[in-house]
Amino acid sequence: MNVLQDILNTLSLPEFYFAMFRSATPVLLTTLGAMISSRSGTSNIALEGTMLISAFVGVVVSAFSQNAWIGFLGAVAAGFIVSNILAYFILKLNSNAVISGIALNTFASGGTIFVLYLITGEKGASTSLESLKLPSLTLPVIKDIPVIGAVLSGHHVLTYAALILVAAVWYLFKHTRLGMHIRAVGESPDAAETVGIPVRRVKYIALSISGILTGMAGAFLSMGYVGLFSAGMTAGRGYIALATQAIAAGNAVVGMLASLLFGFCQSMANYLQSSNIPLQFIQMMPYIIIIIAYTTYCAMVEYNKKKKQMLAAAGK
Amino acid sequence: MGQGIILEAKNITKVYPGGVVANHNVNLEIRKGEVHALVGENGAGKSTLMKMLFGMLTPTEGQIFVDGKEVHFSASGDAIAAGLGMIHQHFMQVPSMTVAENLILGAETGTALKVDRKKAEEITKELSEKYNLKVNAQEKVEDISLAMRQKLEILKALYRGAHILILDEPTAVLTPQETEELFEQLKLLRENGHTIIFISHKLNEVKALCNRMTILRDGKTMGTYDISDLDEKEISRLMVGRDVSLAIEKEEEEFGKTVFSVKDLVYADQFGKTRLDHVSFSIREGEILGIAGIDGNGQSELVEAIVGTLKPQSGAVFLKGTDISAYSVLKRQESGISHVSEDRMKYGTAPKLTLEDNTISKVYYTDKLKTRGLIDSKKVNQFTNKILEEFMVKYDNSKQAVSELSGGNVQKLVVGREFDYQPDLLIMNQPTRGIDVGAIEFIRKKIVEMRRQRKAVLLVSADLGEVLSLSDTILVMHEGRIVGYIDDVKNTSENDLGLYMLGVKEDSRERIGGACHE
Repeated sequence: MNVLQDILNTLSLPEFYFAMFRSATPVLLTTLGAMISSRSGTSNIALEGTMLISAFVGVVVSAFSQNAWIGFLGAVAAGFIVSNILAYFILKLNSNAVISGIALNTFASGGTIFVLYLITGEKGASTSLESLKLPSLTLPVIKDIPVIGAVLSGHHVLTYAALILVAAVWYLFKHTRLGMHIRAVGESPDAAETVGIPVRRVKYIALSISGILTGMAGAFLSMGYVGLFSAGMTAGRGYIALATQAIAAGNAVVGMLASLLFGFCQSMANYLQSSNIPLQFIQMMPYIIIIIAYTTYCAMVEYNKKKKQMLAAAGK
Repeated sequence: MGQGIILEAKNITKVYPGGVVANHNVNLEIRKGEVHALVGENGAGKSTLMKMLFGMLTPTEGQIFVDGKEVHFSASGDAIAAGLGMIHQHFMQVPSMTVAENLILGAETGTALKVDRKKAEEITKELSEKYNLKVNAQEKVEDISLAMRQKLEILKALYRGAHILILDEPTAVLTPQETEELFEQLKLLRENGHTIIFISHKLNEVKALCNRMTILRDGKTMGTYDISDLDEKEISRLMVGRDVSLAIEKEEEEFGKTVFSVKDLVYADQFGKTRLDHVSFSIREGEILGIAGIDGNGQSELVEAIVGTLKPQSGAVFLKGTDISAYSVLKRQESGISHVSEDRMKYGTAPKLTLEDNTISKVYYTDKLKTRGLIDSKKVNQFTNKILEEFMVKYDNSKQAVSELSGGNVQKLVVGREFDYQPDLLIMNQPTRGIDVGAIEFIRKKIVEMRRQRKAVLLVSADLGEVLSLSDTILVMHEGRIVGYIDDVKNTSENDLGLYMLGVKEDSRERIGGACHE
């Protein structure tokens, strides 16, 4: 019962909730990206690879320019370019989205290590590069509120950006012309085309935005708290984002909650590392919980359908 | 009415990649303010021509003029800008969006950052009143009827400033009453100065509505005529190239004992909508039972529940006195059910496989085609050729893919396969949808022949003329219920059926109970 005690102790710490937001940030940004491309009718499997390349480019550019913000721009530009390469494969050359996505992911995991080796002579991490980090922000007023201040203030600038982007993506689909076009193109491309919406361009734009958001996630990983690039550092977050995106079903706010669930599990795993459960098991938990959450979600949707069917059938 | 030519297509030729010539030197002249019919069989090139006029395809050769000026459309947007509007047969709408949102989609009110939904709803109301096309602006498209979706489609074109409207087989999804209403609305549009191109193969409708018509056959224009100059027989001959008779000759026959029945079928779909509401009926030997109704009123679900691809929540299906409700699809087939499905390319065939593969798909596992336990290609070949020849399928060789055949020939293959199976119950779901007149004539005759062989036939069709001419008894479905039982088919008109289909008229439960025989 030691573990239970550990968990309860952890749950009472404000720092734990702070860490939850921190862990959720890259998944949240990627979830938003996945959501936009998915609503435009393309499922972006290459998120994992995009994030990895962006994380790498951010570190390299910031090290050479000695300016964290230029490094950030480099990471975002990398996300933009990679997603446009994917878009070119899928939309112009009519290749299969899943296969192209997996190809890019494989390329990213090998390619980043290869270039890292060319630049630094190392294959594991960019410790010899003097890369920079993006700043954290303290929120005036809020930081002085007990507990809440400790949870909400002092986060990384990209964590705040991610939360603002949740509102932005929600607004995009709810109110803007582009959002309406993305929905139309994803749901009925023929209808969109006959009213003069340039279907392929809208899909390009959606994939580009998804690349930019994923690029931000990559920048957060390598320029957030650690300040270096290490091989395979995305650790499957790009795939997790596909699951959280599916749970969200197009709703940015639900996407945020699903990402926070992942953040919750991951920071819990971090806190429990000192307990006597095997480390590998603990590290596995966030991923398993997201899979369980997604499966449960699907089962619930299915159950509700069945229930509705039975009720309607018995109704008369 | 002005006599000026508003839209002209000159010597249009369209060759598809792959070498199919869909249009060959086609000429079309539309006068301002007229309702112009474009008639021709399926596959005559009507849709290809219209897609070129609307910028969805580019002609291989030839010119298009709007208001006397030559135009080159590279996308639908160009055609819309030139004042054309197209009402597609498959409505071009986004189901999850509202009527108003669909109306403005692509030409939104408000700014890029804030679409003005209120304004959109106001515009919808305004246009709807002006042209007497009643729609509900705030409802989602997925929740409205097909007739209302069609009105929305017309409003969409008008909102974009179209003064030339192209309607592609608009009455295919409507009841006779809704068709009449549509014609009134189209006449109103004509009075308002709009020009209308009406694509159809229903000649009575063309006669009732249009001023002039252009006839297409095999991708060529067979001339443009004033409607009053030709009678239906002459039009029909120009369309098909020979005299066709769709009149059905069938002898009076006594029905035998009950072969098939369903009892109290109830099915609600995943959205909680009741699709089958206590449906019961039976079919006797030598009887063709027709099911009429607007598409989407439970007919598809009924057929699926019978063939076994859908599991109803309650009710039972009986074949020759045995309850087959728990049987798998295959076991139901083997018990004696044949099924010509409503979508021949999706459910009826595997389009990329060969004619042989598709023809043997119901019997490949039986000993019939095997020699020493292995499938014998010689037997397969003989079996296929026998069926294809008997059912007059036009084909090059039995190893070509089904997708290379025309719609009529694919349907004849499917019908041949199902009829050869010698079933007790034959389900024909939309047997002649979208095929040429020659194939329609052939398939209808074959159905009557099955009746002569004392089979029970369930005929589901949106073509009321077909239901009335083939059926011995008719059931009408509305919102999943049987609302009408007609045993005196000879003295029933399409309008009579229409009243049931709209839900205006409903027979008493006792009378509908007459559809069940012991």
